Amino acid sequence: MKKTGAQILCESLIKEGVEVIFGYPGGTVLPLYDTLPQYPQLRHILVRHEQCAAHAADSYARATGKAGVCLATSGPGATNLVTGIANACLDSSPIVAITGQVATPFIGKDAFQEIDITGITLPITKHNHLVLDVGELARVVKEAFYIAQAGKPGPVLIDIPRDVFQQEAEFVYPEKVDLPGYKPTLFGHPAQIKRAAEMTNGAVRPIIIAGRGVIISQAFAELRELAEKAQIPVITTLLGIGCFPETHVLSFGMLGMHGMAYANKAVDNADVIIAIGMRFDDRATGIVSAFAPRASVIHIDIDPAEIGKNVRVDVPIVGDVKNILEALNKQIVPRDHIDWFNQLDQWRQEHPAIEIRDSEGLLPQYVIRQIYEVTQGNAIIVTGVGQNQMWAAQFFFYDKPNGLISSGGLGTMGFELPGAVGAKVGRPDETVWCIAGDGGFQMTIQELATIVQENIDVKIAIINNGYLGMVRQWQELFYKRRYVHTQLSGPDFVKIAEAYGLPALRVKDKREVTSAIEKAMEHQGPFLIDFVVEPEENVFPIVPPGATLVQAIEMPKPEIVTPSS
Amino acid sequence: MATAEHILVALVEDKPGVLNRVSSLLRRRNFNIDSIAVGHTEQPNLSRMTFVVHGDDAKIEQVRKQLDKVIEVVKIVDITNNNPVARELALLKVKTTASTRSEIIQIVDIFRANIVDVSADSVIVEVTGDEEKVDSLLELLRGFGIKEMARTGRIALPRGSVAPLLVEEIRMPEQPSKPLSSEAESPPDW
Repeated sequence: MKKTGAQILCESLIKEGVEVIFGYPGGTVLPLYDTLPQYPQLRHILVRHEQCAAHAADSYARATGKAGVCLATSGPGATNLVTGIANACLDSSPIVAITGQVATPFIGKDAFQEIDITGITLPITKHNHLVLDVGELARVVKEAFYIAQAGKPGPVLIDIPRDVFQQEAEFVYPEKVDLPGYKPTLFGHPAQIKRAAEMTNGAVRPIIIAGRGVIISQAFAELRELAEKAQIPVITTLLGIGCFPETHVLSFGMLGMHGMAYANKAVDNADVIIAIGMRFDDRATGIVSAFAPRASVIHIDIDPAEIGKNVRVDVPIVGDVKNILEALNKQIVPRDHIDWFNQLDQWRQEHPAIEIRDSEGLLPQYVIRQIYEVTQGNAIIVTGVGQNQMWAAQFFFYDKPNGLISSGGLGTMGFELPGAVGAKVGRPDETVWCIAGDGGFQMTIQELATIVQENIDVKIAIINNGYLGMVRQWQELFYKRRYVHTQLSGPDFVKIAEAYGLPALRVKDKREVTSAIEKAMEHQGPFLIDFVVEPEENVFPIVPPGATLVQAIEMPKPEIVTPSS
Repeated sequence: MATAEHILVALVEDKPGVLNRVSSLLRRRNFNIDSIAVGHTEQPNLSRMTFVVHGDDAKIEQVRKQLDKVIEVVKIVDITNNNPVARELALLKVKTTASTRSEIIQIVDIFRANIVDVSADSVIVEVTGDEEKVDSLLELLRGFGIKEMARTGRIALPRGSVAPLLVEEIRMPEQPSKPLSSEAESPPDW
C-alpha cells in the first residue's frame, strides 16, 4: 500500500526509535502536522521558538545518547533552528532537524517563506539533504539517523518540500545504509595502541585529559580502569565533566581558562598526556604554542581530523574511545607514581581550587554548592553560558555519569532553559536543575510556557547579578572596569514565572538558600528561584587571553587583618 | 615548516551540491587552493576532483582529513609523492595582425600547441601541458596581446601501476559497534 511522504516520515522516525519531536508548525509542514495524530507514539512538544526545539533536541540527545529530533517550517522556522544546529555541531550532539520547504515547483523562485536552508546549514551540519522525490525519503531518513549517531556524532538536516509530504510512494524502510564515503573507524590501530601502552607504562608524570568523547562512547568503566590501574590523575575538559566521578581520589578537576590552577599546573608539568575524546579547544589549552611543553601526547579520538589539528601528537589513535581503552587497558602495567602524586598534592594545597570566600552577601558559588548539597549530587545540571556555567562546573561535584549538560563549543546563551526541557523529557526520572544567568535566561524565557503546558518538572535557578557577568568580568580585568553595555535590567522573574503559571521564589539572603532549594525539590512540577546574588563576583581562576595555562589569575587572597590594626 | 605544493585527488559521489560542500569547507577552514578541477571518472556515479594546494605538511594533512569528512567524498589521497603526471589545458585568444600571425603560428608549433580558431584579428590557441609549459607559452604570446584566457586547473594521475583511487568494490559501511539507542536508556554505573 502506498503512503504519503508525511506518513513515510513518521513511520521512519518510529523505526528509528524516536519517541519525542520538539517542533513548531507552519505552512509547509502542515501536511506533516495533519498526519501526526495518526502516530500517537510520537510525542510532539510544542516549543515557543524554533531555536529551542533544536536546543531541546540537542540536550535530549546528550542526556539519553539517542538522536534528538526537531521540526520547523520553512523560511523563518528553518533559520530559527540555525543557532541550535550550530550548537549541536560544535559539541558533537546527534540531532536530526527536519524542515519544511516550499513545494518543489516554487523552489528557487523566492517564494513565500522560502529559504535555502541546506545551503545555510552546510557548514554547521555533519550532513544535510533536500528531498526532491518521495521515493528517496525513507532512505534519506535512515541515512540521517545513521550519520547523526555514527562516528563523531553531529546534526543532520532533512529539508522536505510541502508537496513531497503529500506525494505517495511504497514505504520500504531500508535495512542498511549504503554510504561508500562514510565509514568511521571504530577500532584503534593495534600498533598505535601498543605504542601508547609503552609510553604510558614508562611515564613518570602522566595525566589523563578526558573529554566528552568518553561520555558519548559510554566508556566510563574503561576510563576508570585505566586511571586506577596505571594510577594516573584524571583531568577533564568542561564537556568532559561527568565522565569520571569528581569525588574520586584520582579526579583532578577541570583544565583550561577557568580550570583549577593545580590541574593546569599538572598539564604544564606532565611528561605524558593521554588525551581521550577531547579536541584541544583554545579554552582548554590556553596559548597553544606553550601548551604542555614537557609532554608527549597520546591522542585518542574518533575523528581523524582532530588529531594534530591544534596540538602536535606523538601517538595518534583513531577510533571509538571505549574500544580503544578496552584494548589499551590490557597492556597497562599497574604503577603507583608516588612522587608525582606527592607533587600534585603539594600543588593542590598551594592552589586550593575552588573555595567560597567568606561573605555575608549571597554568593553565586554558594548557591551552586547548596544545590549540590540538597540534591546530594543526584541531579542533571543544565547551564547557560558565562559565569553561571563556570560556577556550575566548579562548585557542583559531578559523581554520576553525564551529569552536566552545557553549551561548550558555541557558548550559546539561552541554551539553559530549552536544554533543561530536553534533558528532563529524555530522563524523566532524574532531577533536572537549570542554572541560568539573568542575561541568558531572557534569551529563551518564553520556554516557560512550554514547560507549563507540558508540565515539565525542571527546577530553575537564576543566578541574577544584574550583569552580563562574564563579559563584565572581562571588562573589569582587561578593559579597566569600563562596563560598556553589560549592566542589564531584567523583569521581576518571580512575577514572570507566576504569569506563566509556575511557582517561584526570590532569594536575597544567604540563610534562605537551602530552604528555597528544598522547597523547589519538594514541589511536584516546575519551580523557579530568582537568586539575587553579589553583582560583581568573579570567576576564578581565569587564564587571561593570550596567556599560558599556568599564568592564571587566581582568587585574590583576603588581606590579612592583624588584631592590633 | 616548509610549505610545498601538493596534489590531492578525490573520488566523490556524483550528487548535487558536492562541489558546493567541498568549496564551502575549503573557505571556512581558511585553506587556500591554487586550483580545483572536476570531471567524470571511469566509474559511473563517481567524479574525480583534483586539488592543488600549498602548505606545510600539517596544513595539507588537515585539508585532506577535513575533505575526507564530507560524506560524499569516497576517498582522497595525496599523490604528490607518486611522481604524478599533471596536466592542464588552456585556451588563449591572442590578438593578431597580418604581420604577427606567422610568428604566432611558429611559437605555437614549437610548443606543440594548436590553433583551433582563426578570425581577422585573433586566433585561439589550445595548449596542454604542465603549468610551466602553459606559463611559458603565455609569456611569449603576451607581447602580442591576450584578449581572453581560460585555464582548466590541473588534473593528475600517478605514474606506473599505482592506482590509489581504484575503488574495486564499494562496500557497506560497518554499523556502530553498539546500538546507540537501546543502551542509552539506563546509563551504566561507573
